Amino acid sequence: MRKRRTVDVRAMPGTAANAVDERLQIASPLRALFNKVFPDHWSFLLGEIALFSFIILLLTGTFLTLFFDPSMEEVVYNGSYTPLRGVEMSRAFETALNLSFDVRGGLIMRQMHHWAALVFMASIVIHMLRVFFTGAFRKPREMNWVIGILLFWLGFVEGFAGYGLPDDALSGTGLRITHAIILSVPVVGTWVANSLFGGEFPGTGEIIPRLYIAHVLLIPAILLGLIAAHVGLVFKQKHAQWPGPGRTERNVVGERMFPRYAIKQGGFFAIVAAVIALMGGLLVINPVWLFGPYEAAVVSAASQPDWYVMFLDGSTRLFPPWEIRAFGHTVSPVFWPTVVLPGILTVLPLLYPFIEARLTKDKRSHNLLQRPRDVPHRTALGAMAVAFYLVLTLSGGNDVISETFDISLNAMTWAGRIGMLLVPPLAYYVAYRICLGLQQHDREVLVHGVETGIIRRLPDGRFIEVHQPLAPADEHGHAELDYAGWVVPKKMNRLGALGPAIKGFFYPIERPADAPVSPGHPPVSPRGKQEELEDSSRR
Amino acid sequence: MSAQTTDSPSVTTAVDVDDEGRTRFDIVREGARQDGIEIVHYEPPFPVPGTKGERRLQRVVITLFLLTGLFATAFVLIYILWPWEYDRTAWAPNLYTPMLGLTLGLSLASVGFGIMTWGKKLLPHEISIQDRHDGASTPEDRRVTTATLLYMGEELGLKRRKALGLSLLAGLAPVGAAIAAPLIGGMIRDPHKPVSDGGGPPMMTTAWREGIRLTHHDGAPIRPEEVSAGGQITVFPGIPNGASNEHADSPTLLIHLRSQDAEQLRERLYPINAGGLWGNFVAYSKICTHAGCPASLYEQQTNRLLCPCHQSQFLITDNARPIFGPATRRLPMLPITVDDEGFFVAQSDYKVPIGPGFWERP
Repeated sequence: MRKRRTVDVRAMPGTAANAVDERLQIASPLRALFNKVFPDHWSFLLGEIALFSFIILLLTGTFLTLFFDPSMEEVVYNGSYTPLRGVEMSRAFETALNLSFDVRGGLIMRQMHHWAALVFMASIVIHMLRVFFTGAFRKPREMNWVIGILLFWLGFVEGFAGYGLPDDALSGTGLRITHAIILSVPVVGTWVANSLFGGEFPGTGEIIPRLYIAHVLLIPAILLGLIAAHVGLVFKQKHAQWPGPGRTERNVVGERMFPRYAIKQGGFFAIVAAVIALMGGLLVINPVWLFGPYEAAVVSAASQPDWYVMFLDGSTRLFPPWEIRAFGHTVSPVFWPTVVLPGILTVLPLLYPFIEARLTKDKRSHNLLQRPRDVPHRTALGAMAVAFYLVLTLSGGNDVISETFDISLNAMTWAGRIGMLLVPPLAYYVAYRICLGLQQHDREVLVHGVETGIIRRLPDGRFIEVHQPLAPADEHGHAELDYAGWVVPKKMNRLGALGPAIKGFFYPIERPADAPVSPGHPPVSPRGKQEELEDSSRR
Repeated sequence: MSAQTTDSPSVTTAVDVDDEGRTRFDIVREGARQDGIEIVHYEPPFPVPGTKGERRLQRVVITLFLLTGLFATAFVLIYILWPWEYDRTAWAPNLYTPMLGLTLGLSLASVGFGIMTWGKKLLPHEISIQDRHDGASTPEDRRVTTATLLYMGEELGLKRRKALGLSLLAGLAPVGAAIAAPLIGGMIRDPHKPVSDGGGPPMMTTAWREGIRLTHHDGAPIRPEEVSAGGQITVFPGIPNGASNEHADSPTLLIHLRSQDAEQLRERLYPINAGGLWGNFVAYSKICTHAGCPASLYEQQTNRLLCPCHQSQFLITDNARPIFGPATRRLPMLPITVDDEGFFVAQSDYKVPIGPGFWERP
């Protein structure tokens, strides 16, 4: 027995670990957690950007609540921003201005919050596209796909509620349109609108406080819960992986979570935060002081919502003036593009995994991802959806486009109306053909080999390109290689035909000691003439 | 664990954790195996410690970490010392937020890239394979759990004692309603309840009444001479707070038509709008009949009103009929006249509800 010192610093970590384990028995689960294997690919980081920007949203948002007062009380502005002094406005708008001018560092927090929200929505959409195009939503991950769609719409509503809070001219206009959208719902619309706003628009001051509590408490709480479920399911079901050497449906090939994977995640978080901080500091967003307080009679041209709402703005602009009036009732033309269309756009993707499984009679579990080219129908459908979305989003800014490029506004609207119907099928066809072409090229390389760029002239005067087969070839120069669902090398340097990249930016810092292949040596040791060179003419 | 490389996954001999000869990496690998993980490739980027390349990378990471501190310190100093209070004329306060963003961003970027370089370039590159245990649980587990669930049902006697379950349902359903009632009920406002000052339900009426003056934003009444031919102004009901958002349905556009345009309008005037003009002056609701934005962009040459939100266009020489875009209904006309003192007044409220359509709208 060692003599006990008062404080044995070196033994402290051990003692602490011992104390914790005696109480919680976590040695084994902790090790399993450290050792959990994650497959690595850049496209798996897109969802993480959303998670990281959500954390930044929580942090900056909490700061903002300390200074913002969602009150509709009428006040006269008397703060630092001289152009608006003496103007009557709501307390909400006044505190939004104070956050920008009278709170030290408040403006950068406001702008970081707004930029983080835009990045949050953008990364959700791009992450969703990745999951869709690679088939990661298939069994057993349908549930997480459904949660993901819900997260998108919750983020949408959350962002829109936040956009409405400052009570500036833009947010008021947005609320005005929202009010019209709710009004348009048959039978209950008037009741719902009147109840939510506490009276005829803009109501007696209820809507902003209600939006506020939804924005800072209700929706974030649900978002947080769903994000936890989303990440938890990824953890439980283990991440899907790309096909590749040693990768099967029954395993995960990658690196253990600690230390390398976790460290890379930590670094990535800091970089996402850095980008948002740079945007928040350097790029002005939502300058409410230029818009002024909301007045029902005032609007300016080019009042666009945040980008993720623009597709609905676009659909509203494009929809023809079709109003149903019968039996003393009215269904406004706003109803179809802003209530029915989003309804369809929610239900269809929610059901897509099940529809696809039903149509392809596929009941197996899938842990290997698919390259978009290998599932041309799905890829083409996705391209169609993206094209539809893009036409609507561009139409949401068609007034800005028509002004910038001096195009007739009415022509832009008609282009959108026709484009909305024509471009998606066209996108379907083009994407489908591109998929088939890419598939064909993969197969061709597998059979005939990689183009070397070496042109040979045959004795009879013909020119042929020499191909490097990827496997021992038969007498016709054809190799028998199966497509493995993964990248087929198509350039000679992919085969190691060029020397390894030499490290160092300005000058080489170390010579590759015993480079197996270097530019001086033949790239692939000749296996025999028949195998190495292929006569294209015999194809 | 400097240069442990096991390229073959077939090495499955168990390592005795208590064996004196084992390295720490052996224990790690053995532990991983117990979790169904095989570390098949483990290769430090610098097998020989202290090479030029390794030292260079270390220097890069160290520099990045020191830069982090530098930029973070700069951020704090700028936060405290830089003039930040709004001043239109000075350049420095305008740069306060950009300087904060720049230093904070660079600081975070430095630490991010530093950590990233450490993790990616200095830590051993590894390939591990973990087994997946996909699909359903074992048939035995499922049988046992099913039996447990069914037995629970039997214990409760749901089948034998049906009245219990039904009465519980009958008891709980009103409780759900009782919880929902105050949550939803507190918010409900009847849109059809007439407003206090006479008039009909708020959806159908505005603040305009017979004899209410057309006023500027500041409440000053308007004489015909104030608007030149071809001009237009936004007018509000001449009542207390008439120009505030309290009467968001009442903003109106007063347009002084050129005589030939006024002539055209009189020819095309709908019966409901008859007598609504005063001289060559006409007043239309400013609230777009599509989604409620102010339809405020007035194109003098073509006599069109354009709503900047969704680009509905209304022809003011034809009862403000929509001629392009998603709006279906014309902008309601406010019948106007001039009172004894020579100011514009409304003859009555709008004849039809203004603004976007709704279910109860006839």
